[in-house]
Amino acid sequence: MISMSNGLRNCLTLAFLASFSTLTFAVEFDLREGVTDMSQRIQDLHHLSLAVCVVVGIVVFGAMFYSIVAHRRSRHPKPADFHESLLVEIVWTTVPILILVGMAIPATTTLLEIEDNSDPDLTILITASQWKWHYQYLEADIGFYSNMTTPTAQINNLEPKGENYLLEVDNPLVLPTNKKVRFLTTSNDVIHSWWVPDFAVKQDAIPGFINEAWARLDQPGLFRGQCAELCGKDHAYMPVVVEVRLEAEFDKWIDDQRLAKELSSGQAVADRNKTWTMAELMPIGEQVFLTHCATCHESTGVGQGVTYPALAGGEIPNGPLEVHIDLVMNGKGGTEMQSWAPQLSDRELAAVITYERNAWGNSTNDVVQPKTIYATR
Amino acid sequence: MVAQAEDVIPQRSPLMAFMARWLLTTNHKEIGTLYLWLSFTLFFIGGAMAMVIRLELFQPGIQFAEPLFYNQMVTMHGLIMVFGVVMPGFVGLANWQIPLMIGAPDMAMPRLNNFSFWILPFAFTLLLSSLFMEGGAPNFGWTFYAPLSTTYGPPSTDFFIIGVHMMGISSVLGAINVIVTIFNLRTPGMTLMKMPLFVWTWLITAFLLIMVMPVLAGVVTMMLTDRHFDTSFFSAAGGGDPLMFQHVFWFFGHPEVYILILPGFGIASQIIPTFARKRLFGYHSMVFASAAIAFLSFIVWGHHMFTAGMPVWVELSFMYATMLIAVPTGVKVFNWVATMWRGSMTFETPMLFALGFVILFTIGGFSGLMLALVPADFQYHDTFFVVAHFHYVLYPGAIFGTMAAVYYWIPKWTGNMYDERLGKIHFWTAVIAVNLTFFPMHFTGLAGMPRRIVDYSLQFADFNMVSSVGAALLGMTQVLFLYIVIKTIRGGAKASTRVWEGADGLEWTVPSPAPHHTFETPPAFPPIMDENESTSLNE
Amino acid sequence: MIETYNNQRKHIVLLISLAVGMFGFAYALVPLYQVFCEVTGLNGKTSGRARDVSTIYQNQVIASDREVTIQFLANVNNGMPWEFRPATHQLRVRLGELNTTDFYARNRAAQAVTGQAVPSVSPGFAAEYLHKVECFCFSQQQLEAGEDRHMPLRFYIGDDLPEEIHTLTLSYTLFKVPTVRASTLVSNRS
Repeated sequence: MISMSNGLRNCLTLAFLASFSTLTFAVEFDLREGVTDMSQRIQDLHHLSLAVCVVVGIVVFGAMFYSIVAHRRSRHPKPADFHESLLVEIVWTTVPILILVGMAIPATTTLLEIEDNSDPDLTILITASQWKWHYQYLEADIGFYSNMTTPTAQINNLEPKGENYLLEVDNPLVLPTNKKVRFLTTSNDVIHSWWVPDFAVKQDAIPGFINEAWARLDQPGLFRGQCAELCGKDHAYMPVVVEVRLEAEFDKWIDDQRLAKELSSGQAVADRNKTWTMAELMPIGEQVFLTHCATCHESTGVGQGVTYPALAGGEIPNGPLEVHIDLVMNGKGGTEMQSWAPQLSDRELAAVITYERNAWGNSTNDVVQPKTIYATR
Repeated sequence: MVAQAEDVIPQRSPLMAFMARWLLTTNHKEIGTLYLWLSFTLFFIGGAMAMVIRLELFQPGIQFAEPLFYNQMVTMHGLIMVFGVVMPGFVGLANWQIPLMIGAPDMAMPRLNNFSFWILPFAFTLLLSSLFMEGGAPNFGWTFYAPLSTTYGPPSTDFFIIGVHMMGISSVLGAINVIVTIFNLRTPGMTLMKMPLFVWTWLITAFLLIMVMPVLAGVVTMMLTDRHFDTSFFSAAGGGDPLMFQHVFWFFGHPEVYILILPGFGIASQIIPTFARKRLFGYHSMVFASAAIAFLSFIVWGHHMFTAGMPVWVELSFMYATMLIAVPTGVKVFNWVATMWRGSMTFETPMLFALGFVILFTIGGFSGLMLALVPADFQYHDTFFVVAHFHYVLYPGAIFGTMAAVYYWIPKWTGNMYDERLGKIHFWTAVIAVNLTFFPMHFTGLAGMPRRIVDYSLQFADFNMVSSVGAALLGMTQVLFLYIVIKTIRGGAKASTRVWEGADGLEWTVPSPAPHHTFETPPAFPPIMDENESTSLNE
Repeated sequence: MIETYNNQRKHIVLLISLAVGMFGFAYALVPLYQVFCEVTGLNGKTSGRARDVSTIYQNQVIASDREVTIQFLANVNNGMPWEFRPATHQLRVRLGELNTTDFYARNRAAQAVTGQAVPSVSPGFAAEYLHKVECFCFSQQQLEAGEDRHMPLRFYIGDDLPEEIHTLTLSYTLFKVPTVRASTLVSNRS
């Protein structure tokens, strides 16, 4: 049975590919082949099922069109009288079952391999939140956020769109070649889904629960995907970028990350020992605001209705400072306002809060110092 | 016995008389008409939302709809099309046709019938009014997954919940009415296994409705108490589980899919024999296949959540059960082809729509089979491939089915023949537009475009543009349909009693248009058809 | 005619009961789902109740020689102002042996906050072999403003753990318990 279905599969796949390879469009028609063993097997499965559908379609629609042409009243004025045949019914119930079994066998074996998550070399915890990914290397104890970098001007058609429009991030996930990488997914707010088509990995990230998937990558490269589960306003703006490096380069990268972590903690100490002026903080604050806050509160601070309150003249930026700091650092549960304390440095938080309290006509004259933020952490 | 609506209306101003007639009517034909017009109206509203979606997706970048508004359009389009167009459309057809096809004077509970209908305009007004509320309309997709719809939902979510409750009550009451009518009011001699197939598929649909609409009501009630009364059905914080939402929702959702298609199967099974001038092939197997599909629909819900994390053997069981659905569905298609085989076919508009239904629905069935394979589904899931799949099932399935039924029975309803030339134009433009709109979605999905995104990367641009052009054409053809329907109501060639040369069944023994009251005494069965009839418009 | 009418009433009553019953069934799906999860290991839910330690030592005199790795993850849900992390990221443990570790939590906010930790195990079907003797997730935790705490977890892994599992991951997500609910619970307890 298996060998027969394999033979059939190869045959049909070839026939199918041949029919398409003659077409030279700039666009893709086929499921991506991808770069992992699993993604290629899934593509084979896709070709098999497509071929089965095409063949069954040709037979059924062929019969139908023949009948439409040959049995129209002008050619076949006297209709036949038959209307029941047990034998025929049995045949066209059994034959499809056999075809389905032929499809189920390769699907089952592939699935069993995909779901074998045992013995990973490396584990990455992927935590989703609205609308970014956080990657943590469990063994190496490093982690970072990955945000989309496509400028708003491109989205709003004010600038020409770049080659990787909507599929570019500041910090891609870096992975080594030839290792079994296990992905654990979870979420901080709503359900998201981490998807890289070239790895054939799509796993939902569900708040409170972890899911797992894995991939083994043979060659270095840059791979792009997107969030696949509707997760609110900026669902379209949550790309996944994975950079696969050769093993040695990957190890060096990990070391660099550790070094950078130490450097940034040194920087943080320097930041809080210094007393900052408003003139120093405002431009940093504006940059942070445009990167992280403007998607909801708008670059002019006007917000969007009740869902995303206005900051220009708003209650919080003009109210007590502690409340403002608390809201920015800890977020507001049940809304898209998230906790920024783990995402931004003391300096960035101090700057953005200072900016919000003194931009767009807000004039509290408050200057928030990084050490104040550090004390509230 | 059955309460008969009184024909005599007291002297009132014409407006009041009009209002009183339609508000208070208990006549199955009038209520059927009301359902059909409601469905038609919402079809244009939901269609307008689809136009907004396709306009935004015409090119990459944000042009017409901000992301939050786009999500509202996606959600409302889905809700309106499922609950406001397809379901009321089928109930309208059931109201008109079931009593006529089984020789009953009316539905078993005429006043309940009136009530079931009049809930709906209020339900949809409530739902649509949320578009104008602060915070906007529901924006979490028609599947309203928790916690996006519970903790994170806009304030208007409560209106959505009440709206869904009202639709649910309407559907359940309507379904009870259909079942009681079919069980009790068939003309003597019409045993269950002699019922027309449209009646059979509706009977099965009605059972599905009664069994799953209350589950939907349960889900939204849990949402409501989670939002306002401190329960935690779907919130992990209190011991609940967001994944449970998906399980309970799809326990409703998958049978719902068959609610949206089974009456369409029934319609095709009425029309194809008529225009092939040959009895339906394999009547018994058609009935069993419908029942088998309905049964299987209860044990396949997990195939909507293969990427949500499930143990392997659970995934495998759902996969096998889902693949099994292809068998009875295949049997139906084979039976239709066998019905056509060596018939004597003509191709009037209802037949064209029925054939379009069979072919395009089958294509949707094929992609459904592909989606059933778990490993492949990991790639297809939540992409435009899925969007292509269910639009192929629903548009040429449910919508073409309803249109075929309207063309088939409208001469009986109005007494006038529709304009055959315009009908054919409508069919061919609709077929071209449907394929232009939805076929490229298979390719964008396979290339990796997720569904429900307001903006996409440049590689998907070409096919999206084609889809949007197709959608614009598809929208315009439906305006033509509206014109054809109005033109038919206002006049046209007079229809005879049998209307179609090959038609068979009790509904073709009453005059055209069908008088206000029919079958006040049970008719003879099987009916004696007028053999000299010939209204074929094709030759 | 009377007969039809009676039949009709009977059908209506039956069908309405079916509809009402299905509404109830939707609610019955909640406990059924819990059972389904426990049987299939869907979702990696662990038992919400403590294992009685005495039964372990009565039943399991010798701990097995097999060792597995257990990883600990800590995650904080949106709006929860706590710092939360495991004391160790992973442990090598022998099956059947009682282990203790702890999780560190600190309240960053300027007021008292109540939290609930929700466990999840991956692979899901391993959840039923992970037995917790003592866990901070069994009850809600309250921290005053600025307070911190080392929250203990004592557990053992059943020696019937399937052979193919070499690594388990135990993840806790910390949710903020809404103030209303937390205060009523506190007042109920006092």
